[in-house]
Amino acid sequence: MTAGDGLEGLLRELAPQVLAALVRRYGHFDLAEDAVQEALIAAAEQWPDQGLPERPRGWLVTVASRRLTDQLRSEGSRRRREEAAAAAEPGQPASAAPADEPARDQDDTLTLLFLCCHSELSPPSQLALTLRAVAGLTTAEIARAFLVPEATMAQRISRAKQRIAAAGASFAPPPSGEWAERLAVVLHVLYLMFNEGYAATSGPDASRPELTAEAIRLTRAVHASLPQDAEVTGLLALMLLTEARHPARTTADGSLVPLAEQDRSLWRPDLIEEGTGLITGALARGPLGPYQLQAAIAAVHAEARHGDDTDWRQILALYDLLERIAPSPVVTLNRAVAVAMTRGPQAGLDVLATLQSDDRMARQHRLAGLRGHLHELAGQREAAVADYRLAAQRATSLPERRYLESRAARLAGPG
Amino acid sequence: MKYMLLIYQNPATWRDLPEPDRQAIMSEAGALMAELTGTGEWVGGEALADPSTTRTVRVRDGVPAVTDGPFAEAKEQMVGYCIVDCETQERAVEIAARWPDARLWGMEVRPLLSPDGVEM
Repeated sequence: MTAGDGLEGLLRELAPQVLAALVRRYGHFDLAEDAVQEALIAAAEQWPDQGLPERPRGWLVTVASRRLTDQLRSEGSRRRREEAAAAAEPGQPASAAPADEPARDQDDTLTLLFLCCHSELSPPSQLALTLRAVAGLTTAEIARAFLVPEATMAQRISRAKQRIAAAGASFAPPPSGEWAERLAVVLHVLYLMFNEGYAATSGPDASRPELTAEAIRLTRAVHASLPQDAEVTGLLALMLLTEARHPARTTADGSLVPLAEQDRSLWRPDLIEEGTGLITGALARGPLGPYQLQAAIAAVHAEARHGDDTDWRQILALYDLLERIAPSPVVTLNRAVAVAMTRGPQAGLDVLATLQSDDRMARQHRLAGLRGHLHELAGQREAAVADYRLAAQRATSLPERRYLESRAARLAGPG
Repeated sequence: MKYMLLIYQNPATWRDLPEPDRQAIMSEAGALMAELTGTGEWVGGEALADPSTTRTVRVRDGVPAVTDGPFAEAKEQMVGYCIVDCETQERAVEIAARWPDARLWGMEVRPLLSPDGVEM
């Protein structure tokens, strides 16, 4: 398996570089992307038997270029395009590698991310296209990751590519006036990718591709391109510090373990160290942003050897800041926990009461679940049981519903 | 979040619709499916055969009892479903409201129970 994993890793790493080389040379992002997928599949089939070519990247560029030019020719009706493509066909693809190639590869990955996270696309389409064109996953793998049929995912990806082609997007970084806004979209897509993977609990779906690993890998690539950007660093730190808890967050049967009850000896010290280092540096540099604040909160949690040692005052101060610069009902919900832990459960319940008037939030299981938890801390058993039961009814996640049901049952006691 | 949209119809009313109207309804639904594929929200869906072909299965004391029907008295029956993956229930309701059957009969929007979750 390790050889296969190694090959898969190599192909995923090369995928955006090969795609960038093709798009730069021929344009036609949509067709080039198909050609690269075909070349990757050919490599996955041939390399294990025939051995790794001397220049894997050059091999992929050559094969993909051939597929692309074949396709452009076979579309033959537009003679001009055919000629342009044929004239541009390289003799020695990717051979004249400049000395700064790694830096250019990083920038290519970023440029591709900008293209896939095009504002013409909806977030699910941005996510799917990024996974295929930049992360180098197959359509089947992406479909499995999102629990949708492969045909559905194939259509989603091809529509997304058509849309980008129709929008006339070019393979170039966004103009400086749009840079910040476009980068924010890229970071949001990476954040969604991570969360999608993080929510995937172990158990029957253990074969789902590791979206969290892909999100971290791509965010690392963006960070390598933009090492001075504090929010990029913040997002990478947030992912690492969250991923560090992964081994402790579920039991063997897939049940969820709440943060306060996790066995912290299972947390990954390597990721905590790296994440904490990154966020400390970013906060010192600034400017401050929501990803940095969330990473800082995760770092404070990671610092506590035991749940009781958590520095809730510092967490509350960070949530106060977060609520000021990026207010949302979810931030308020999380801030309520910090308020409860520093000023007592009733103060937390008072914060939650302000969310009750938010219609969407009021129907969410998280609000009722947290209210149950705070009622439990306040010793109001009956209210806690009622809230947990309400939350269980509203939950649309099976593991979360089970957790809330068991919480209610434990408090209600026998009879 | 995935939602199942249950499509209800009155088979008798459907039968009595002029053919061009039935065609128009089907192409309207088809266009909506294509649009949802474009937004990345379409997951899948199926139409059900006529309710008269239903069989009900109950196992009691280990013995399966299979009966025809029910030929429900309800005027509206479930004739198909689709599954959409969208950000909010409001959005799922918005999609349901655009289904032609919602104008003529009714739609139900039910969230699916996801196998995923995050710790609290």
